[in-house]
Order: sequence, then structure tokens, then C-alpha cells
Amino acid sequence: MTEPTPLAPPRRAALAPAAPTHLSADVVARARQLIGLYPEPRSALIPLCHLAQEQDGWLTPEAMVDIAGLVGVTPSEVLGTASFYDMLHTEPVGRYVVAVCTNIACLLGGAGELLEHAEDSLGIGAGGTTPDGTVTLEEAECLADCDRAPCVQVNHRYVGAQSPESFDRLIDELRSGARDADIPPHGTLIRVHRANGLAVDPDVVVEERRAAAEAKAAREAAAAPATGGGA
Amino acid sequence: MTDRATPSEEFEFTLDGRTVRARKGEMLIAAAERAGTFIPRFCYHPRMQPVGVCRMCLVEVSGPRGATLMPSCFIEAAPGMEVSSDSDKVKKAQDGVLEFLLINHPLDCPVCDKGGECPLQDQTLAYGPGETRFVEEKRHFEKPIPISELVLLDRERCIQCSRCTRFADEVAGEAQIDFVGRGEQLQVATFPELPFTSYFSGNTVQICPVGALTATPYRFAARPWDLDQVESTCTTCAVGCRVAVQSSSNRLTRLLGIDIDPVNHGWLCDKGRFAADAVNREDRLTEPMVRKDGTLVAVSWHEALEVVATGLRAAVDDGPDSLGVIGGARLTNEGAYAWARVAKGVLGTDSVDAQLGDGLPAELVLGLPRATIDQAASASTVLLLTGDVREELPILFLRLRAAAVDGDLSLVELSPQATSLTEHAAVSLRYGPGDARALVDALVADGTPPAAAKDDSALTEARRLLGEGPVVVVVGRPSLAEDAELVADAARALAEALPEARFLPALRRGNVLGALDMGLAPGLLPGRVGLEDGRSWFEAAWGAVPDGRGRGTADILAAAAGDQAEGAPVTALVLLGSDPLCDFPDRRLARRALEAAGFVVAVATAPGDALEHADVVLPAAEAHERPGTTTNIEGRVSRVGQKLVPPGQAWPDWMIAGELAVHLGHDLGFDSVGTVWDEIERLAVSHRGITRAVLDSHGAADGVVAPLSANPVSLSRRAPLDPVAVPGVESVERQGAGLQAGLATSPNAAAAATGADTAAGGPPRPPMLSGAPDLSVPHVSPADGYSVRLVASRVLYDGGSAVEAVPALAGLVGPGSLRVNPQDLDALGAAAGDQVRLRSTTATLVVPVEPDPSLPRKVVAADVNVPLGDGTVTDLIDRAFPVVDLRMESL
Amino acid sequence: MAITDPPKIVTSRIGYDDSHTLERYLATGGYEGLRKALAMTPEAVAAEVDAASLLGRGGAGFPAGRKWSMLRKAPVTYLVVNGDESEPATFKDHLLVERDPHQLVEGVVIAAFALQVSQVFIFLRGEFALGLERVQAALNDAYAHGAVGRDIFGSGFSVDVVVHPGAGAYICGEETALLESLEGKRGFPRIKPPFFPAAIGLYGDPTVVNNVETMSNLPWIVRNGGAAFAALGGGRSTGTRLFALAGHVHNPGVYELEMVTTTFDDLINAPVLGGGIPHGRGLKAFIPGGVSAPWFGPDQLDLPLGQDEVAEAGSMLGSGSVVVMDDHTCAVRAAWRITKFFSRESCGQCTPCREGSGWLERIMDRIERGEGREADLDLLLDACDNIAPGLTWPPQQTTICVLGSSIPSSISSAITMFRDEFLVHIKEGGCPYD
Ligand SMILES: Cc1cc2nc3c(=O)[nH]c(=O)nc-3n(C[C@H](O)[C@H](O)[C@H](O)COP(=O)(O)O)c2cc1C
Ligand code: SF4
Ligand code: FES
Repeated sequence: MTEPTPLAPPRRAALAPAAPTHLSADVVARARQLIGLYPEPRSALIPLCHLAQEQDGWLTPEAMVDIAGLVGVTPSEVLGTASFYDMLHTEPVGRYVVAVCTNIACLLGGAGELLEHAEDSLGIGAGGTTPDGTVTLEEAECLADCDRAPCVQVNHRYVGAQSPESFDRLIDELRSGARDADIPPHGTLIRVHRANGLAVDPDVVVEERRAAAEAKAAREAAAAPATGGGA
Repeated sequence: MTDRATPSEEFEFTLDGRTVRARKGEMLIAAAERAGTFIPRFCYHPRMQPVGVCRMCLVEVSGPRGATLMPSCFIEAAPGMEVSSDSDKVKKAQDGVLEFLLINHPLDCPVCDKGGECPLQDQTLAYGPGETRFVEEKRHFEKPIPISELVLLDRERCIQCSRCTRFADEVAGEAQIDFVGRGEQLQVATFPELPFTSYFSGNTVQICPVGALTATPYRFAARPWDLDQVESTCTTCAVGCRVAVQSSSNRLTRLLGIDIDPVNHGWLCDKGRFAADAVNREDRLTEPMVRKDGTLVAVSWHEALEVVATGLRAAVDDGPDSLGVIGGARLTNEGAYAWARVAKGVLGTDSVDAQLGDGLPAELVLGLPRATIDQAASASTVLLLTGDVREELPILFLRLRAAAVDGDLSLVELSPQATSLTEHAAVSLRYGPGDARALVDALVADGTPPAAAKDDSALTEARRLLGEGPVVVVVGRPSLAEDAELVADAARALAEALPEARFLPALRRGNVLGALDMGLAPGLLPGRVGLEDGRSWFEAAWGAVPDGRGRGTADILAAAAGDQAEGAPVTALVLLGSDPLCDFPDRRLARRALEAAGFVVAVATAPGDALEHADVVLPAAEAHERPGTTTNIEGRVSRVGQKLVPPGQAWPDWMIAGELAVHLGHDLGFDSVGTVWDEIERLAVSHRGITRAVLDSHGAADGVVAPLSANPVSLSRRAPLDPVAVPGVESVERQGAGLQAGLATSPNAAAAATGADTAAGGPPRPPMLSGAPDLSVPHVSPADGYSVRLVASRVLYDGGSAVEAVPALAGLVGPGSLRVNPQDLDALGAAAGDQVRLRSTTATLVVPVEPDPSLPRKVVAADVNVPLGDGTVTDLIDRAFPVVDLRMESL
Repeated sequence: MAITDPPKIVTSRIGYDDSHTLERYLATGGYEGLRKALAMTPEAVAAEVDAASLLGRGGAGFPAGRKWSMLRKAPVTYLVVNGDESEPATFKDHLLVERDPHQLVEGVVIAAFALQVSQVFIFLRGEFALGLERVQAALNDAYAHGAVGRDIFGSGFSVDVVVHPGAGAYICGEETALLESLEGKRGFPRIKPPFFPAAIGLYGDPTVVNNVETMSNLPWIVRNGGAAFAALGGGRSTGTRLFALAGHVHNPGVYELEMVTTTFDDLINAPVLGGGIPHGRGLKAFIPGGVSAPWFGPDQLDLPLGQDEVAEAGSMLGSGSVVVMDDHTCAVRAAWRITKFFSRESCGQCTPCREGSGWLERIMDRIERGEGREADLDLLLDACDNIAPGLTWPPQQTTICVLGSSIPSSISSAITMFRDEFLVHIKEGGCPYD
């Protein structure tokens, strides 16, 4: 027999997904609530990825394995799905992800120059993270804030049109923590949580509607004049 | 999954101006292909859901708003539809798609395994634009990266057709590979640290239309134009998948699955696909050998057979039961028949057994009404009373899984532990070793269920499902640590309670069912005939048959080891391609038997542990080196082809048996494999009518299920193979080597006589076994509360010779651990990965443990034939007891 | 034509700082439409919407009433609200979800009632962090207020509404990709036929997909009647519509304007609207309805803001975003950037879109950098033709969804309108505007 290589698989395919080990109990509880909002667990995959980013700042392999178990898919499917989306980072990012839109409206508003300035002043290229791990700079597609071009978002919070000067001030504020109140660390997307689960059981509704339709049909049949065979 | 076999309504539509017929629900691309118009394609695969992404198959379909381009793989043909597959607009679109595909393609065809059989290459030549207009930088990825022990991925060559990812998800049910990224960066990937371990990964290599996925074992092995091929049947397990066997310079280069409706739908498991490589091993036995002064020395066939004849004759002179013949499941039907005749007709012993204590009582297997795989897949309920089908008969797993996932099949699983079908089962009921019968009684009679299955709603649901016909029972060995009679008893109870049910025997070894059909079991004669029923018929034909029932493997070994008080001791053993040291569940007994036996003859293809005990070694031809027939779990007789010349002086088994008979003073008259088959067809009542002429016909290309009376063959032609689905076969064919069927006889041999005449005036034809036989069901005493009961199950990649000989597979055999119910583990104070001590009547082992919540309390499980702690699980098995109770202690 | 002063149908509240709160909403007529609808029959509500002739505001402009009537009757049906808003220069839904989330919730519940749907998903692009919070908060309040959930306002009608965050992929605005994404998968559009959402939608069940703005119109329509809505605008383009104006204008922003009666010229140049082009520059071109739309030049300024009117002129009103380019804009650069957008956002399923978008982008980039060749222009057009055969408008397609067939618009517009500019790039080896 040859030496087992690092690729040697578990001999017997795993028969049941393992319980979450990486996500915190609180996150798992919220995850289960989210899963409960959908007819099929897999629908919660992306919300759960956001949740995992809230815990870790990015989407770690350990979190993806947990998510796979929670929604009933393979880790490979979680990675495959998550990697499709720009907001899900399967590599570490900084505490602040600064997105500069360079799409058409912002381009016309000077986004090219702003991005160049940002790269120079941060000392990183688009896609890079400052060595201190604070800022990741992204060149974004349209962020739907085109009347404030060039448009910038930090951790998906709009910060309005930026000039090179205001951009530098913004970075200073981020670094100093002055924006902590309105801009949470990367990963925290939605701070308002759903107050309750589902109120409506679709099966009950289907049943109610069926009953109502039958009652209506019965009423109509009763109301209609008896139109027998040849009467 | 598209079932091409479904006969359905037909209608007409217009294709390129002519009227053609399509079936209801048929995609345009398939309807056009049947009508002789090949529409180019990459992503479409007839056995998977269409996705319509490559856009190569665009055609123009007329509609209310004029003709629009539509993917013919995704649009169902409809009555009256007007379709153009060759308009200028279609051609421009197809040229455009090809050009787009090529802009980022590395065009490294000269160093690509796929070069010469690549649909992208071919379609570029056939449909594509002449020269490239692409002057930009191509997309770059790291060149091939291994995504498993067996598969390499070259992302630069990938055309994102998603055939591989869909296969993994849809067909294998294990989405271990998936696309990552988006747009131009879309690429196939595994999850970090989790390789593509699916047992079916090789299929992705076969269906990849380009060279993005290649198989490590076949990398750079040969170029398609050097290849030569023959159609055959895989005999790695007993499912019997159809394959194309390709070779180059008398070396097997690869196996490709052939798409046949009744069995494998084009798929192969990785063991079947890659273990075939064992035929190439360097240490094949090439010369007969006789032990002289303690060492085996090469001799002539004549000398070796003389020694064998003398030794065996000496043994049977002491009484026929002094000789035991073990094995035969790796032989062709012809080899098995010839050996059955030599053993039973010439040497007079009935102590012959193709199964090694790991099977089921032969009379049960042959007597129960047999189901085909198609019948199981289209049944309303399949009851599983067997081991993990994915581990034992992988393609049967795919068929059942597909039927359960896509079709209307409900699975009812009776098993001591979770299996790969559990997640698809409508009901899964657990039982401990020894309790199968009680569980069956709880289902079909008013029995009390065993403790682990006390789940009223599950039992009720299972009863309901069993009440809905048709029912097929898959019966095999859930545990090798449990006496076969125990599960047989449960199967018998099912057969009696469900008279309409059919049975599919889940026996694993290649041609074990053929060997049983040919009489390689105690109490049987060829043709599924009992010894007494067939006595006069075979005495007339053979001259003699054994006086009475002989021993099975377990008793042969016990008698050889001197453990049996009754009957004559066994002094001589013939091992027909079998190694009891590896395959018999009670390993210690096997060793003692081989050590004690006075005279051991091994018919073998390669070295193995048993050879150390052999007095004579006879080198045999392997699969792919000899023509003949094989029989699968359904009783399907199909041809195996000879592609390679056997090494040195290795002979096919039928020839060894025939020559041995001559040395024993009997000329059986076998001068070709065809003459052996003729005799089988004439004498074996189950095989009546399956003449060479029938087997050679096109209609029988997918095999013929014996007996013909139960499953008459319809002599229809097989659908043409899809060249993209079977790209290798197609291109080898184009290079000149047609896919010829594995021939059971030379093509110009005359059709055999039916044999009816030869029987005239002789004894009456014997009846075939029918119904369940009497069994000697051992009594199982209740467990004692301090012990745990052992389940010994099988895994696909184990230490068997086929796997060991192939480096790529050998790396997949990992050490096993003992699976324990988590509560028992807690009670023991042990955690996953800890070591515990196990004591049985035969051995003490220190083994690692892992929790398995699917196991009932006080039941532990481990896999056979893989390392377990400081031994293997078979060390713990004592065949003197019907179940194995162990003491488990923490260290 | 003149700028009219129609009622503010969807932007009536955005002048208030607290426009997103339940208090403000209730104080300004909030949930009255819903109460009124619940007193009607579902059919009657649908009939009002039909009478309003409300065209979908997501881009395709399909009448909402007709779409609803196509919903296959089945026990389980879904309503999905499309708030992916990622079409470049479109930012009207951004305004609606942040500034009037209750209006969206009310519209959604009205639609759910009309459709007799018991589960609604509001899919919002993930980058709308604030919008997601505002809509979630509004929903929490609406549940508490009895406007969503079980037995709404005592009517016996029940519906759950779930906000679903996207994760950043333009293609998820395409309705079938959106459904895939909502099912937890990659946003790969489904093939139509057969996957028309109304027939085979979310989880395979019949589903209506409508845009945020479409939904936000419903409270007003129910309160004031479909006829009042239909009385505004002209032809098939009834009511008002949000226009997102961006690029080279004094006052970029979102404007609610009566359709048809207003023109592009009004929108771009009227002092109360766009306010004209700054720095005294002239108009070079404008994109009338999102980057998928072919461009217009100054001579089309007088076109009315109407769906059919724009279509007849060879482009589309699309998502209602208008991008203005002044005469100092490099057409090659603008078209390159749009092509780059498509290349980055192609989902990657279809060969022509996946490979074609990247190829076209690289050619455009090369030309812009001054490394173009004259043959590139024909090559560009021919490669475009292989994605959208004939380069007609509306486009034909070799791809699954219309993202693919939208790629050529900007390139062929730029080449057709400003061929000379390409040639200058090529001959002078660089961009004349640099
Ligand atoms: C590539 C692509 C992107 C789209 N993006 C959006 C979008 O962001 N928001 C939206 O409402 N509709 C978008 N649509 C249109 C939707 O597919 C769909 O037509 C619309 O949501 C229907 O709603 P409506 O009828 O209310 O307009 C997009 C379509 C395509 C092809
Ligand atoms: S056209 Fe592009 S975006 Fe649309 S499905 Fe095809 S590849 Fe995806
Ligand atoms: S799109 Fe039809 S074969 Fe690929």
C-alpha cells in the first residue's frame, strides 16, 4: 500500500452532517431562526453567509462547513455559491471594506481619479488590504447612489460623494474610530433583526382557502335555481 | 434522468425541411439524432438533466414571432414544430460559440490526453472558423491540479459545460465539486481539504468533453490513435456494467462505460474503472509452478498438471469429500462450468463452493424469483436487506438512488447501521445481528420487533409500502460477522409472506452468480438444478456425479483444519482464483486450514498470501485476456471480450480444467470456449436457448437474462452511442478500431445446435430450483449485557487484490475504526479517536473508535479487509458462533 | 410639452425626515389603501391594477395586471419583490426602500391579497444595508400594527413577508436568477421557456416577480382608483414614474414625473429638474434607460418619457435611469466601462456571454489605450453579432438571458455614433480626451 497522501479521503463517506462547531451558539440560534423563514433550508444559505461574516469578518472555511451542515448541502456547494457573490469574501478582508464605484455615472463624475487617489494614499491596489488589516479597497460596480458621484460605500454604508480630500478624511475617521457608531466592522450587514418568525402556516392557509372556496361553491350551488336535466 | 427506453407516443415535426418523428417529451437534439441529424453539443448528456449553457446546439425554431434561436437540448420537440439545424443563422451562431470557446482555450492539444478524441477539437475542425481572431492574453490558471487521488483538473481547458458538476450532484448525489466564481472566472473546484472522493469520480473524466479532467492512472498512457478496443463486461463486482476495453501494445490502457439501458447507463464506479489496471501488473504469474524442496519452481504445464492429477486423485481415493474446491467467482461462466464438471463429474467431489462464507446459501439465491435491475428501479417498493449497496455494488446504488430520487420508488431499509441509501429511504429500520428474522416477522407477520426497531409509525409505514406492489427485495450480507443462514432465514420469511415479491441478490464478487449457475456450490449441478434432481440428467451427460451433498467453504476449511469431528478430513484443496486468507471472514480458521491441508493447488493470476501454502500454482488468464461470458446479479449473461494476450503461459480457466481432466483420464471434448458454451446451453436447463447465435446477435449486445422463459430477449438494436457522452469510444472507432462485441466464439463459428435432439431418448430434463430451500438456521442466544455485538461490513476500497495491485486505488484504502453508538461510547468513557480493547473468543485487538448514532445500543461495526487497530476485524470473527459477541474495554 | 405637476404617487413622503417611520406613515394616509383593498375582493383589487395599466418598473415594462392574471393557479404561489437594483445609474428603489419602506410593505400586502399569496419575499440587494434595516424595521412595526401576518386588520387574510438580503451580483436582478439566488444558489438565470416564473417559479411553484417601485404604486392606486392613475401619462405609459438622472447634469437625482407629457429635454435641462449640463458644455449623448439600452444623441432630446415612444426610437426606457454625457466624454471609454461591467457581471453560464464579454472588453480596452487596429471595429461588431444576431433592437440572442444580448448595445451605439472617435484612438495611438 502506498503512503496515504493529504488527498486520501475518509474511507467511508460521511453519512450525516456534523453539528456546527465554529459558529457561536448565538449565531447558530439566529441561523436556525433564518432557516425557519423559508420553505427550504437552502434558501437561508446566503443570509447565513452574511451572518458568518458578521462573526468572523469574512467567510471562513470553518464557517462554510457549518453552514453546509445547517442548510443540508456540501461545503463545496456553499463555497461554489458564496464565491459567486461579491459581498461574500472567502479570503480575509480588512475591518473596513471601502468600495469605490467606477461604473458609468461615477466614471463621468471622476471615479477614475478618486480610485487612483485612494490607491496612492492607501498604498494598495484595488482588491488589496492595508498591511494593518484596517482597510480593504474595492473597485465596485454601480452601488445605486449615482446622484452622489463618485459614490463610495464603507461596509455597505453610503458615505456620499467623495473628493480625494474628503476620502482621506474619511479614512482617518475610520482609523480613529470616529465612524464606529454608523459604520460597524465589516460583516455586520443588518442590525435590525426580525422580531418574530413566520406567523402564517402555508398549509393552514391553503386549507382555509380551500374550505372557503368550497363553502362559496356550496352557497352558489344552493342559491342557483335547480337546473335539472331537462327542467 | 432521461430514460431512453420508455416507449411513448410519437408525433411528427419538420427538421430541415423533412418530416421526422419524435417521442413525447423528447428534446429536439435527441429526436434529431435519432432521425440521423447530429446537432453539435457540449453540455448536453442524454443521462442528465439538460442545462442549455454551452449554446452549441442552437437551432432555429419557427414561432409566432418568426424563427428564433433556441437550444435544441432544452426544447422539447412538439407536433408540427418547424426546426432548422443548418440555416446560415444557425451556422453563424455555432461558429460564434466555437470561436468564443476557443479564445480562452489553451490549444495545448499535442500534450493533452484528450487530443485525438476531443469533441472541441473535432467540432472546431468540422464547424469552426479557420483562423483565430483573438490576439488578447488568454485566461491563466495553474496547470493540472489534483482534485483527488484519481482525477486531475486543468482549469484552462475547461469549457464550463457543467457536465462534471452535474454528474457529481445529480447522478452520484455527492456535490463535492462545484463551480466557484462567476463569469469569466467560473471554474470547477473542490472545497479546500475535501477532495473529490466520490466512488464515481472517473465518470467525470469520461464525460468531460475536453481534457479538463484527466485520470491520474491514464495520464499520458496512450494516444487515442494507438488504441484498439473491444466491448466487454466489467467483472470487478457482480453488477456487470458494459465497458469498452481499450489497449495499446497489449497493455490495457483504460475502461470506458458503455451506455446500456438495463444496467449501467454509461456509468462505472472508480474501482471497476481503475482496478482493471491490475491486469497490467508486473508480477503476473506466467508459468506453472510446483513446490520442490519447499520452493515453488517453474515447470511445464504437463508436469504441473500431472502433479495436480496425482495429488487430487490420491485425495479422492480416500473419499470424495477429502477434496475441497474453493472459489470460482472470478472465472468466466465457461471456466466455472469446466471446473464444476471436473470437480463433480470427474473427481466426484461435491465439496465445491464459489462463495467464501461471505455470500448466501446458493439454493436460496437460485431458488427465489429473481428481479432485474430495471424491475427494482421501477418497483414501487424496494426492501433492502443487505450491506451498503454503494460499498458493494456501486452502480446498483446509482440505479436505486436515481429511482428513489427522481422516480416513484420507495426504499425500505432494514439494516444494522446507516448506509448510503438511508438518506433516500422512506423508512429505515435498525436491528442488531441475529435479529433480522424478528424484524421481518414484525413487518409481515405479527412478530414483536427487535428493540432497535420499536418505532410504530415507521413499522406501519413499512408495512404499507410492502403492501404496495410490485416489491423487490435486495438481499445480501449486512454483516459478515453474522451467519449467512440468519439473513437467509429472514429472506425466506419475506418470500413466503410476499409471494409476488422478486429478489435481487446483492452478492458482490464478479461472476459469483455465474459460478453458482454453473454448479460451483455444494448440492448443485449446472443450470440451477439440485444434485438429486439433476442426478440422472448429468450422469447421462457426464458419466458420473457426486454421491451426496458435500461441504461449503466454511466446512471445507474446518475439515481441513481438523475442527470437524464428523466426516472425512479434507486433505486436498483447490483454490480457484480465491484466497481464503483474504476473503474468508474467519481469518484464523483459513490460515489453519491452509497450513494443515496436505495438498493445495492454486489457480491464480498473481501472487498472493495463499500461494505460500500452495503445492502447485497454475497461472490463469485474467479478465480482458480471455473471451467468454459472465453473469450478473440479475442472471444476465453477457459476453466478456478478449483484448489482451495472456502473459507467458497463463491459460484461460476452461482450458486448465479441460487439460486437467485429460490428465485425469477424461477428455471433456472442450476445444474452444465456444464448445464449452455449447455444452452449457445444452445441459444447463436455466441457460437453454441462449445459444451462441443468440449471444452473438445485436439484440443481445446488452446480455440475455437467464432463464429465457422468464425474460425473453427482444432482439432490438441498441441506440447509437452518443459520441460526446462516450468520446473515447467514438474516436477510437474513428481511428479504425470498431467496437466489436466480446465474442464468445469466433465470428464464423456455426450457430450451435439447440441440443434438443441430444436429449431425445435420454433422461427427462431436471427442474430448476424454485422457492426457498430448507435452511439450518442456527440459534442465537441473547446478548449477555456485558458484551457488544459485532457488525462486519464491507467497503469499496479494501485490501482485496484488485485494489492492492493498482497504486492509485491502494492509496484510497485507509485504516478503519470501530463504530460505536455514542451512548455506549459515553458509558465507556471513550471519545472519538480513543483506543479501546476488544476481546473475542479468537483474538484481542486494540482499536480506535468513532461514534455512529445510527447503530443500535450494544452494536458495534467495523469494515472488513482494512486495517483495524493492530489487526483486522476478521481476526475477531469465530465461525463457530452465529453472531460475534465482544467485550469492549477502555484502556 | 411641459413639465406637469402630477400628484406625488410614490414620493409624497420623502420630504419628511422621519418618512420611514410607522408614525409618519400612518399620519400621511398609510395603510389606508390596504384597509380599502381588504374590504374588496381580490379580483376587484387586481382589476384596479389592471385598469391603472401599471407598467412594471423593473426594466421590462410588462403591465403588472397582465402579469398577475398569468399566474398559474396552484395551492402554493409566491410573490417576490425585486429590489436588486443593480442596473448602472439606477437608484430609484434605493430611495423608496430607505425613505418609504412602509409604502413598499403596504403595496406588497395589497399585491399578496390580490394574488392570494401567503408568502412574500422582498429581495433587496445586499449593498442596501440601511435599506435592509429600514424595511426590516418597517416590517417589524407592520406585524405589530396588524398590517402583516395572521388575520390582517381582522380581514381573515394572512400573509408573511420576509426580507432577503442579496450578496452582490447584478444578474440577480434578472427575475429567474433572483429566484435561484433566493433558493440559496448561484444566480444562474433559468431558461425561458419553460421557466417563466408565473408557471414554474420559486421552488417550482408559480411566482409573481415585481419591482419595488411597481409595488410602491399600489397603495395610491387602490386609494385613488386605477382610473385616476390611468388618467395620468399617455398611451400605454400611464401614471408617473421615477427617473434617476445621473452623469453630467447640474442636479442629478430621482424625479417623479408624469410619463409621456415630459421629455428627455425637460428632464435633463429644466431648471427644476436636471438643470442642464455644467461648465457650459454641450450634450454628446445620453443613455435613456440603463446601460443595456442603445444610446441617444442630442437630436432625440425631444422624445417623450414614454415606454413605446422610446422603443419606437430604437432604445428603451428600461429601468428609468438616464445618464448624460457631455461633449468632453470619451465614447470609447464610456462604452468600454459598460462592457467591463457586463464582463464582471456575466453569470458565466452561456459561452457567448461569458467569453464574449471578456473578449469585447479586452478589445475595447486595447483601443482606448491606443493599441487598436482598424480591423477591430469589424471584429467588435461581428463578435457582438454572435451574441445578439443581427444587432437589432430589441435584440435577438444566442444566450439564456438578456444580459448577454445587452452587451453589444453600448459598443454598437458608440461605433455607430462616434466611429471617428474610434479611428482617432487607433490612428493616434491614444485617447484624445486624456
Ligand atoms: C440582467 C437583468 C437585470 C435586471 N435587474 C433588475 C433589477 O435590478 N430590478 C428589477 O426590478 N428588475 C430587474 N430586471 C428585470 C426583471 O427581470 C423583471 O423583469 C422585473 O423584476 C419584473 O418586475 P416589474 O414587472 O415590476 O418590472 C433585470 C433584468 C435583467 C435581464
Ligand atoms: S446571458 Fe450571460 S448572464 Fe445571462 S445567463 Fe447567459 S451567461 Fe448568464
Ligand atoms: S446548450 Fe445545448 S448542448 Fe449545450
